[in-house]
Amino acid sequence: MQKQGQVVKLWFRSQLTADFSVLPVGISLLLLSIIFQTLNSRFLSGENLANLISQNVPLALIATGSVLMLLIGEIDLSVGVVSGLAASIIISLNVSKGWSPATSIAIGVAVAAAIGLSNGFFVTKFGLPSFVVTLAGLLTWQGVQFTVLRSSGTINIPDGFISSLMSTYLSPSMGYNFALIAIFIYSLSIFNNFRKRKNAGLKPRSVRGSVIKILLLAFIALGLVRLLNSSRGVSGALVFLLIVVSVIDYITRRTRFGRNLFAIGGNLEAASRVGINVKRVKVAVFIIGAILAATGGIFASSRLLAVSTQSGGSDLLLNAIAAAVIGGTSLFGGRGSVWAAILGTLVIGFISNGMDLMNFGSETKLIVTGLVLLSAVSVDSVLRSKYRKRG
Amino acid sequence: MTVGKKVLELDNIDKTFGAVNALSGIQLSVLAGEVVALVGDNGAGKSTLVKIAAGVIPPDQGNILFDGEAVVFRGPMDATRAGIAVIYQDLALCDNLSVVSNLFLGREIQNGIPLSPLNEEAMESKVLELLKELNVGQIREIDIKVGNLSGGQRQTIAIARSLIGEPKVVLLDEPTAALGVAQKVEVLKLIRRLADRGIGVLVISHNISEVLEVSDRVVVLRLGKVVANFETKKITSDDVVAAITGSKSFN
Repeated sequence: MQKQGQVVKLWFRSQLTADFSVLPVGISLLLLSIIFQTLNSRFLSGENLANLISQNVPLALIATGSVLMLLIGEIDLSVGVVSGLAASIIISLNVSKGWSPATSIAIGVAVAAAIGLSNGFFVTKFGLPSFVVTLAGLLTWQGVQFTVLRSSGTINIPDGFISSLMSTYLSPSMGYNFALIAIFIYSLSIFNNFRKRKNAGLKPRSVRGSVIKILLLAFIALGLVRLLNSSRGVSGALVFLLIVVSVIDYITRRTRFGRNLFAIGGNLEAASRVGINVKRVKVAVFIIGAILAATGGIFASSRLLAVSTQSGGSDLLLNAIAAAVIGGTSLFGGRGSVWAAILGTLVIGFISNGMDLMNFGSETKLIVTGLVLLSAVSVDSVLRSKYRKRG
Repeated sequence: MTVGKKVLELDNIDKTFGAVNALSGIQLSVLAGEVVALVGDNGAGKSTLVKIAAGVIPPDQGNILFDGEAVVFRGPMDATRAGIAVIYQDLALCDNLSVVSNLFLGREIQNGIPLSPLNEEAMESKVLELLKELNVGQIREIDIKVGNLSGGQRQTIAIARSLIGEPKVVLLDEPTAALGVAQKVEVLKLIRRLADRGIGVLVISHNISEVLEVSDRVVVLRLGKVVANFETKKITSDDVVAAITGSKSFN
């Protein structure tokens, strides 16, 4: 018993001192599910989860960019507006001018990338704080968005490629196949890692830990597909989001570019001394963040079947940054994972959706989300300072 | 210990900042396999000298010779590429990265194709081998974050990192300034082992007993000039103090 207690304690400690821990956000999600499910049994139904996912895919995409920004110790306050502007450009080209969806999307995304480049340029060239540069961007690009939409104000999206983005669903068997492929790829990567470590004569990683991880993924993936299949099925938008986040997760954890992100966020001076091109990496992240914002904007317009001067406004930006932080990304740079974007978005989505089910107004939702954000940051800060200082 | 030929030579180096003569006529060489201690009072020019050798600032006059050939460093990366590793007092480690990631920061092993995965296994094996060679027993876990290590362990990691590029010269700026007694002993032993590997080591230090313990030669700077170049085993700490303060002339 004593020994088991010790093992649990060590595990908690390793979780808390790790680069990124799913523990706090995982517990939050579990508690929220239990609370809302007890109060309203429809909360975890396939129907409601499908809604929750389609409401939050755009936010999760934008938050993924926010995680990358926070990793290098910067912040981008223009992502909300960039998502709205890109969507407005794309829809007005596609609907009002009659251009093809592909051309329209390419132009909208290119404009977003150019905005990211401009933000990155001012931050790296003149050493301005990203906070101020992107705040200026927020105002400027909102003005541009109003100009794009001046003649119409609101543009409705007719049936077509863009409207189908949010209304495409996998068949039940396709849904299961997608989950099985994900589990297979994950298992294969773990198996590969075992093989490579063995060949290099290195100490093998814990077999039990790996099996638990695979089983946990299988349980969540298959369970989720089953729930969603009881309603409309797994949405194409969710598949897209998961693929995007998986690819970016690979880039951040396994490539040199990813290692550079963490180094820049952890110790800028050290990173530049070893010859990392800090400016180039930063500009790249500003561009990637803006492209993700534009992508989120496209999906948001597809869900609402319209763009307006409201697109990308309201609390979208703040929720994107809140999601990254609630998910476990450090505000101080160098610590986090892009999965935090999805987990943090889920927390915000759970609160919003659960309170809707219970007929609470948006005033209560804002207060609760604010308190959750505050506690996430506090818990992170307290635990880190307690366990990190040694020697 | 085998002391070999000159690996680094500073020949007649001058450096002025405005009206201040930071360094004038500096003559200093480091041989392969020896530890040279650079001492001097605050403002004597030690840091300026290290910055010139590290390629951070260019000299106004004089040559830097590396392995017998005159070299011009346009930046710190030039010096690193030539084979001069510098360990600054702040260590420049990323606390949020593992020991392995820190050691290979900026020169990760990878197949060269952009966005292909890093070869973590090769890097980990190399680190284990290096730490074993350096005989540093106190670092057992190498996937631990550097932020969780003690001051001495961090200094060890910074020194080990400088060896990844297989340098011929290692410059250390006050390597033991912030360490406890036991950690200091470990780091001094490690510096000795660097020289045993045939590396020329230049250590800046304020601590005279430590300098006498670790070095083969002591070079004393005073007001931007080299005022003494001692063989360590022939001197006492009084000689070093006298040279630093200028109360006695040794040239």
